Amino acid sequence: MSRGRLAFWWLLVLPLSLLALWGLFDDVVLFLKTFLNGLTLASLYFIVASGFTLVFGLMRNVNLAHGSLFLVGAYVGWIVGDSTGSWLLAVLAGFISSAVLGVAIQIVVFRRMQGEDLRQTLVTIGLSIVLADLMLWYFGGEIYTFDPPAWIYGTMSLPIIEKFPTYRIVVLLIAIVIGLLLWGLLNGTRIGMMIRAGVDDRGMLSASGVNVQRIFALTFALGAGLAGLAGVVGGTALSISPGEDTRYLLASLVVVIVGGMGSVPGAAIGALLIGLAEQFGQAYAPTYSVVFTFVIMIIALAFRPRGVLGKTT
Amino acid sequence: MSAAHWRRAMNTQSPGVRVTVSAQAPVVQSTVSRSPRYSTPAYQGTGWWSRLWAPVHLRHWVVMAMVLLYPAVASPFFTYQIGAQSLALGLIALSLTFLGGYGGMVSLSQMTVAGLSSYLIAIFGTSSMQAISLGWPWWLAVLFAMLISVVFATLIGWLSIRTEGIHTIMITLAIGVAFFYLTQQNYVLFNGFQGFSKISAPIVGDVDFTNPVAFYFLALACALGGYGSIKYLVRAPFGLALQGIRDNPRRMNSLGFNVTAHRLAAHAFAGLLASVGGILLVWYNNRVSPGSINTGALINILVIAVLGGMKHPLGAFIGAITFVLLQNFAIDLVDRQRFNLVIGGVFLLIVFFSPDGLLGLWHKFRSRWLVSSTASAPGSRRS
Repeated sequence: MSRGRLAFWWLLVLPLSLLALWGLFDDVVLFLKTFLNGLTLASLYFIVASGFTLVFGLMRNVNLAHGSLFLVGAYVGWIVGDSTGSWLLAVLAGFISSAVLGVAIQIVVFRRMQGEDLRQTLVTIGLSIVLADLMLWYFGGEIYTFDPPAWIYGTMSLPIIEKFPTYRIVVLLIAIVIGLLLWGLLNGTRIGMMIRAGVDDRGMLSASGVNVQRIFALTFALGAGLAGLAGVVGGTALSISPGEDTRYLLASLVVVIVGGMGSVPGAAIGALLIGLAEQFGQAYAPTYSVVFTFVIMIIALAFRPRGVLGKTT
Repeated sequence: MSAAHWRRAMNTQSPGVRVTVSAQAPVVQSTVSRSPRYSTPAYQGTGWWSRLWAPVHLRHWVVMAMVLLYPAVASPFFTYQIGAQSLALGLIALSLTFLGGYGGMVSLSQMTVAGLSSYLIAIFGTSSMQAISLGWPWWLAVLFAMLISVVFATLIGWLSIRTEGIHTIMITLAIGVAFFYLTQQNYVLFNGFQGFSKISAPIVGDVDFTNPVAFYFLALACALGGYGSIKYLVRAPFGLALQGIRDNPRRMNSLGFNVTAHRLAAHAFAGLLASVGGILLVWYNNRVSPGSINTGALINILVIAVLGGMKHPLGAFIGAITFVLLQNFAIDLVDRQRFNLVIGGVFLLIVFFSPDGLLGLWHKFRSRWLVSSTASAPGSRRS
């Protein structure tokens, strides 16, 4: 373990665990509830940020339209859910619509601007402005909410904290399943192998006869689709309105900066830190909750400029 | 300075120097520039007076006369809403052009620095929130606002230069949005969602800067100062070293240049420009609130800089004028609320078809259609 990482852990983990101990003895119910809420939020952040980090890791492309993909998936999911009455179909529709849009962006925009990092980023910024305005035009400024099916609606009883919304536990489970699936895909399949090879050396992968463009499109579809899925899942837990795109974009940015660009486990750690910090901040110091997020980012950057699990090279 | 400029500057060196200069070594150029011999033929005047005026051409005089006479022919609306606002926004975009175009660090938090100095003017000076505002005289408020903003910009720089390229955009965006949320949530210092209002430009002696024409000239003076200082800086050793670092940090490092210090200084200087722009903007709007520094506002500065073109400091102002004109008159063409669609579409078109912005478009046009006329123009040098 390098000195930077050691200092990072001492500076971050030690004060946090001391604070956690204090919180635990001060008010157990509040502490545990906030902890679970933080886990829910972290799950949402993880689903959004894992797609973001996957796309970055492979294509070295910061897709600042990722928040818009989130919102597109959410709105399309809402339309489908509203007309069919099925929540699962809505989730599926959110995934597919964002994935299709993501592939379209990949083919129309990024394939034409290979290797021009800055220009790609600028295009995604332009796209996010246009998409946000188009969605505002069509859907208006109202707040949309989803109706989850009855079996995950309501509350469930847990030890110590008596009641907790079932759906939030479901979100946590969904995130864990997605994380495991991603891990299996990346480590257990041939495509995952190619993606990992592409993250390490694109040129070499291409030279060994793999159709890199197809891998790119596939990864982009997966990343974008995860954002869309998170749109419906997150929209059910909270709500959908214009402006959510920037919120989730910022969240994924910070998560990925803290966790390390291009690393899925890093995204999980980053999402945990940020989600918990945000919820605990709101519960214990409402005025300065955003400062906690920011302080974590600064500490991470100061000692691990490439993130907790980022590569040091 | 673009690659074409470099090549031109290379070729106009004396033969003895040219032997040592390789085709792509801005590094050597910067060391050469320190020697007193550095001068292109156009600068070789007899005395300091003619040397000072040598880079000033006819087109500069024409533009100068135009911007000076502008308030005389334009209505107060055009002078204030279009002219002064463009100059203030252009100054903030100029700080981004300097960082991005010459330093290779595209920072989205320039509007955040400007916003902080706007807030500081409100906090130190007078505003409708008497519980928070300290009521200092305007010059003291301006001084401290600039000072603190520069420190803030340097801190942002210290954080963001730890990363490179595309990461810088992400980190500065995250910082900017975090500051936005802070101002929105904090009521003790930033007065939360409401922000501050009734902040007016000062009255200095007999000049009332709330008057559109006076304010226009104030903004013009600041903008010219910023433009001139950047034009000077990019030819000074510091600017040349900065451009060398933009092109190849490792080589500059091995040549003994302190890469971190140069980048940090660039952030500090850009912070100064942005803070002046922020002060002008708060006097222009008479108020500041979290809405003036939200994500949209951060992105707008990037849009302005890219729209005009980041290769030349003039691009920032061209972009700002285009932006402000679109903002004011696009609503005549489309629905009032669809402005973002228009500006986003224009931005996409520019990024797709002319990565160097409107200035790049102009250069393309000139090199295609007006080649013969520029070859004989006094400003151009043989290549």
